[in-house]
Amino acid sequence: MSEHIVPVRVYVTIFMVLLVGTALTVLAAFHDFHYQFGGLSLNAIIALAIAVTKATFVVLYFMHVRYSIRLVWVIVTSALFWMAIMFALTFADYWTRGWLPVGY
Amino acid sequence: MSHAATEEVHGHPALQHHFENMEQQREAGTLGMWVFLVTEIMFFGGMFLAYTLYRSQFPAAFASASNHLDIKLGAVNTGVLILSSFTMAMSVYFTQVGKLRPQIVCLILTLILGVTFLGIKAVEYHSKYEDHLIPGKLIASSQFGPTVAHEGDQDPHKLHLLPGATVKQVELFYWIYFAMTGMHALHMIIGAGLLTFLIIFSIKGRYGPEYHSPVEVIGLYWHFVDIVWIFLFPLLYLLGRHFEHG
Repeated sequence: MSEHIVPVRVYVTIFMVLLVGTALTVLAAFHDFHYQFGGLSLNAIIALAIAVTKATFVVLYFMHVRYSIRLVWVIVTSALFWMAIMFALTFADYWTRGWLPVGY
Repeated sequence: MSHAATEEVHGHPALQHHFENMEQQREAGTLGMWVFLVTEIMFFGGMFLAYTLYRSQFPAAFASASNHLDIKLGAVNTGVLILSSFTMAMSVYFTQVGKLRPQIVCLILTLILGVTFLGIKAVEYHSKYEDHLIPGKLIASSQFGPTVAHEGDQDPHKLHLLPGATVKQVELFYWIYFAMTGMHALHMIIGAGLLTFLIIFSIKGRYGPEYHSPVEVIGLYWHFVDIVWIFLFPLLYLLGRHFEHG
């Protein structure tokens, strides 16, 4: 079989990383980081950064994408790409609604 | 390729006639599952979009409503789900190396952890029911109408509103909360059903190093559901915690 078998220590490491990430995100949530970037607080950015990191580890190792054929990479990337379009276009509308006076 | 080798590759009972060999069949299955997961990502993505949109419009109400959720139960459930993802991954590993007994044990552990998650979720839902936080008039005996806490009132069953938040906006948060965690729980229930199916056939010795696509593919689904929760937990339970005032 040409299939890559992920070794147990990799699974254990990823499991540990995910638990540490969960602990970090809970700890970080109770701390006020004060900064605000537009509509996004630094607290939200940190929480999302940890979640994205955890999800990336799950996708690459638990879901074996790191060892999968190129076509799987293309499909996973396409999901992120279309999500980005959905968010970008929707917020291009909502965030700019107040920019023009009402009743033009 | 010698005749014997051809027999070995083509002879597996699980090989469908339209595939060249087991490896091609396995890769096609994995690819198909990923295409399905993309549709799932877009499906949950719509709800994440709604959440992001209304959170940006009503930050105070979302923080107030979020602070009412039980962070301990949410965190424990995150741990339970991560552990279940680990046991699922281990089950795939044991199938690949052909160890039948650990494979079955890991599948059963995954199922138990999944059911534990749903049990904890049910406890949370029940406390929201008791606090009248189920949105709308879906349940006649507990229509939406939480008791709003006054200044200095520490009662955890009352709703503590931050300045600028209204009860109506909090209700919007709970629509999104129940829609997202409800859809997630439905996926967990489907996953538990799929695991039961896997366990039955795994006990019959169906899966091994040669053929394990069902274990791998249902594993992909299970990890996907885990990833949805990895985002739901901080977004629903944690953001806005630092505004907490007693």
